[in-house]
Amino acid sequence: MRISYPTSVKIIQVPCTGRVDILHLLKAIEDGADGVYVAGCLEGECHFTDGNLKAKRKVQYVKKTLEEIGIEPGRVEMFNLSAGEGPRFAEIAIEMFERIKELGPSQVNIKNAA
Amino acid sequence: MIVADRKPLKELLEMVKDFNKILIIGCKGCVTVCNAGGSKEVGVLASALKIARKKEGHPLKVDEKTLERQCDPEYVDQIKDTVDGYDAIISMACGVGPQFLSERYPDSRFFPALNTTFFGGAVQHGIWEERCAGCGTCVIHYFEGVCPIARCSKSLQNGPCGGSNEGKCEISKEVDCIWDIIVRKKMEHDRLDELLEFRPPKSWTTARDGGPRQSIREELVI
Repeated sequence: MRISYPTSVKIIQVPCTGRVDILHLLKAIEDGADGVYVAGCLEGECHFTDGNLKAKRKVQYVKKTLEEIGIEPGRVEMFNLSAGEGPRFAEIAIEMFERIKELGPSQVNIKNAA
Repeated sequence: MIVADRKPLKELLEMVKDFNKILIIGCKGCVTVCNAGGSKEVGVLASALKIARKKEGHPLKVDEKTLERQCDPEYVDQIKDTVDGYDAIISMACGVGPQFLSERYPDSRFFPALNTTFFGGAVQHGIWEERCAGCGTCVIHYFEGVCPIARCSKSLQNGPCGGSNEGKCEISKEVDCIWDIIVRKKMEHDRLDELLEFRPPKSWTTARDGGPRQSIREELVI
């Protein structure tokens, strides 16, 4: 399809979004990512029954944690799409990229740049 | 098991605001089972604290360790070579952990990361409920295996009270009236008359009313 999406989006593959852990998302933010999102299968269509629903709850937990710390919860997000939706994948990447651009660099990076 | 919940991050950040290097110690006992203070939760708390402090431009060095249990001196001893290297130590055990640690290492500063809540079990994944009040004299056999001390809002042993309404307790529509359950169970097993049996008042001297408690098992004392 040769669809392009922002080069700053780095993909980490997991067998199922159910494998994504709270610690993976937090570590990404801790280590300097300005945002991190999970792209899972459509709800109700998980090959492992409910991996994407588990990921959704973990994303919610991380959002809450960031909010407690005073970091915009929007830096972490969960998206659902099917494996056949290449254009939607690029659309989501652009959507998240634009959101993070609007939020600006994470304060975790700003304060520790010097 | 002992059930606990983690304190809010704000409270924990306030505890460590003046420190630069801390150790977070988890416990592989009850708090691992109730997902409040095991190695996983230690990692999550460490990461959250580091993010928060990086954000303030005042980074915090956080080391992580999880002991078999924090309520046994032999395991508490395991940090003796490293404990001096930290400004403060956060214990993710129940209330026993930070006390055992501070008794063993009087020169170090210890902080509790958890609010210890009750003795209970998981009624479903992610939901824990109180089942025991640790009153020191178990009476559940009188009540069809259900503890009114822990599960009745008033700890009544001769309920239900006037606040029981359609099987729910007056404190909340979400809370079952445990006396409604006890009476129904008694009726089901045709043992309702057992509730009429006279029993002398329960002795509360074995509960907290008797002061701090100790359990001595002579055969085990070395």
